[in-house]
Amino acid sequence: MPVTLVKERYASKVGQVVLGATAEEGGTRTSVIRAGGDGTLPYLHFEGKVENRPVIGMEVTDIVPPWSDNIKNQFGDVLGDPVAWAKKCVEEFGADMIYLKLIGADPEGANHSPEQCSQVVKDVLAAVGVPVIVVGCEDPEKDNEVMAAVAEAAAGENLLIGLAEQDNYKSITAAAMVHKHNVIARSPLDINICKQLNILINEMGLPLNKIVIDPMIGGLGFGIEYAYSIMERARLGALAGDKMLSMPMICTVGYEANRAKEANVGIEEFPGWGELQDRGILWEAVTASALLQVGASILLMRNPASVRLVQRNISDLMEQNA
Amino acid sequence: MIIIGERINGMFKDIGEALRNKDPKPFQHWALKQQEGGAHYLDVNSGPAVPTEERPEAYKWMVNVIQEVSDLPLCLDSTNYDAIEGGLKLCKRPAMINSCPAERAKIERVFPMAVQYNASLIGLTMDKKGIPKDAENRVAFAMELVAAADEFGMPMEDLYIDPLILPVNVAQEHAPEVLEALRQVKTLSNPAPRTVLGLSNVSQKSPDRHLINRTYLAMAMAVGLDAAIVDANDDDLVDVAATAQILLNKSIYADSYLKVFRTR
Repeated sequence: MPVTLVKERYASKVGQVVLGATAEEGGTRTSVIRAGGDGTLPYLHFEGKVENRPVIGMEVTDIVPPWSDNIKNQFGDVLGDPVAWAKKCVEEFGADMIYLKLIGADPEGANHSPEQCSQVVKDVLAAVGVPVIVVGCEDPEKDNEVMAAVAEAAAGENLLIGLAEQDNYKSITAAAMVHKHNVIARSPLDINICKQLNILINEMGLPLNKIVIDPMIGGLGFGIEYAYSIMERARLGALAGDKMLSMPMICTVGYEANRAKEANVGIEEFPGWGELQDRGILWEAVTASALLQVGASILLMRNPASVRLVQRNISDLMEQNA
Repeated sequence: MIIIGERINGMFKDIGEALRNKDPKPFQHWALKQQEGGAHYLDVNSGPAVPTEERPEAYKWMVNVIQEVSDLPLCLDSTNYDAIEGGLKLCKRPAMINSCPAERAKIERVFPMAVQYNASLIGLTMDKKGIPKDAENRVAFAMELVAAADEFGMPMEDLYIDPLILPVNVAQEHAPEVLEALRQVKTLSNPAPRTVLGLSNVSQKSPDRHLINRTYLAMAMAVGLDAAIVDANDDDLVDVAATAQILLNKSIYADSYLKVFRTR
């Protein structure tokens, strides 16, 4: 007996954000990324158009990061050399984007100057052709200085820069407007603040199609369901025509998944949990695939083995099911 | 909540005169002013300012001069369907037709026209005998209009049922009946038709017009009102619409929700 699919009709679509700029567009990227644009809930190809494939930005830091050996070992000697590291992510692991975290700027740590940070960004841009995401060290004052310098140094590249937050969004928004970049708007797992922040950034004059929502997430087992419901609400809002929630979403998967004890503690301590190596890979991959299901457009990931699994998952999801 | 601005109507002196003198300025002034106030649609009604036979030309002229300054879709308001059709041909965005009662001859004239021009349509819960006293008969007329939408292939979301509110100072007993009718209309089909009211009618000739309008708007929204023909420059009224929409969980709260509601 033939089954008639019940199809929902939506009033609107998720907004589309273009990241990166080719030579023709004033940058030096060899390709650009289009994020968002979907006219349906995630991967319901039979109901509406899944406009753009989700992408993976692989995390690269300017100094050697405090990550687990299981991840670090997969990169070999490139850690501490962001240029070689970024190249490896693109060429060997197939990263769609580079997510460059300037943790070396931390005043409590290496305290790199804004100029040093800008140079790293320029070097990475010269080494890879994919679009680049740049964030600071999560010290708001320092980040304002660093990101202003980075935005200027990379003018024309149409970067995605962060972070704009409710109590610190003006400086980075201004930098993005002047030098024509896109902004990550981060809200603390709160749909109302998420919407308000988008309104505030837009009021300064940055167009809605230059904003990407970072809803903040919890990793698997650490509140991922809260992130899921907030992202679901934002997506339903976008499809219902709420322009202030219509931006594509970015998720810090690698960071959150690898904070979990489950991604770090060996089998000797918890024999029932199985081998750490597999567990760590899965912890990040399952976090990512859960968020894909609720409409994440850009996944920020660390573990190359997890990236491989999620790339396969994305290919499967992009297959027509109409 | 869809706000349909009521101000471009020949019953108002400035618009009536401007229509007779073919002066576009008052039309364009009120188009922009209502848009700023928060209107999603602009109602366009010649009123009695021009003779019936000249109305098709008048509607074409009004549509053109308004579209010169505003991108808002229009709600063409007349009992002269040739006038409406003249205007529909020129509308750049899908328009709304205001209105069609539950009378077979008119249904056969208006529904196919709405479908042809991809317009939505306000259906009135009345026939030649007038407006029913109770909710039950209003809903019976609504059902005829819903069946007509189905018959002529109009998407149900394009049909706006208007259960017709009367002035509270002379027909107080209608107010609760209209609320009950709104509630029931939403159960007539799936997807349900949409609903609309000519809100200002509720307060005709009462001294506290604005208060009555906004109180009734909030009550009606709670039972399923989707759109209203209103004074879009009554800021308190538009604030009530925005706030009720938040309290009904129809749109997601943000501190600047009043401002966002007016953003087009």
